[in-house]
Amino acid sequence: MSSRAAWRLESLGFTSVFFYHPGKLDWVSAGLPVEGTAAGTPNLGTVARRDVVTCRLNDQLSAVKARMAADPTGPCPVVNDQRIVLGLLRSDAIKANGAKTAEEAMISGPVTLRPNVALEEIDRYLTDHKIGHAVVTTSEGELIGLASADDVHRRHAESAAG
Amino acid sequence: MPTLIDRSRVREMLQAGAQLVEVLPRREYDEEHLPGAISIPLREMSRTTTSQLDKSRPVIVYCYDYQ
Repeated sequence: MSSRAAWRLESLGFTSVFFYHPGKLDWVSAGLPVEGTAAGTPNLGTVARRDVVTCRLNDQLSAVKARMAADPTGPCPVVNDQRIVLGLLRSDAIKANGAKTAEEAMISGPVTLRPNVALEEIDRYLTDHKIGHAVVTTSEGELIGLASADDVHRRHAESAAG
Repeated sequence: MPTLIDRSRVREMLQAGAQLVEVLPRREYDEEHLPGAISIPLREMSRTTTSQLDKSRPVIVYCYDYQ
């Protein structure tokens, strides 16, 4: 749609026209501010913790376990230099396989979710699929953070109660 | 010829004074739009509705995603 609009503007005499094809979804997925009646409504990005421990493919699980001492119950996203999520280490895998690397123990290509998803929707999704944490990324797969199902449920209940 | 740009280029151009236009239906614009964007739905794009734009400055259009 945006490319057709750009061409339409050219037909109307505009000579310097650009189209941002990834559009609004890309913008909000990056956690950038928006305006409008829905702006500021709590969503998955609001709940996601940004300060999560991450690891690389070649990291030993024993080292990952040590880094996660402060938050031993959560999973650990496996990322590359660009913070693109390549996999996910579940907490039980980290505890059980100290000699393995992250690549050997990770779930490859985990489900990731965008930060603009409504809390009601994500609360239902995590409950229905018995998922403990949502991995939140931009539309390009760059890690934003993790949101626990408990935090999502609590914030959704608070939001619904007004 | 219109030029495809990414998010970082959008931010640079907005700081430099580019104009931003959301071409989705008005209801979607009202709910959520990029800061500073104006609404000109694609179906309403005409000489009249675009007269509010400055032809001497770059114009960036966007919709929801790669649709």
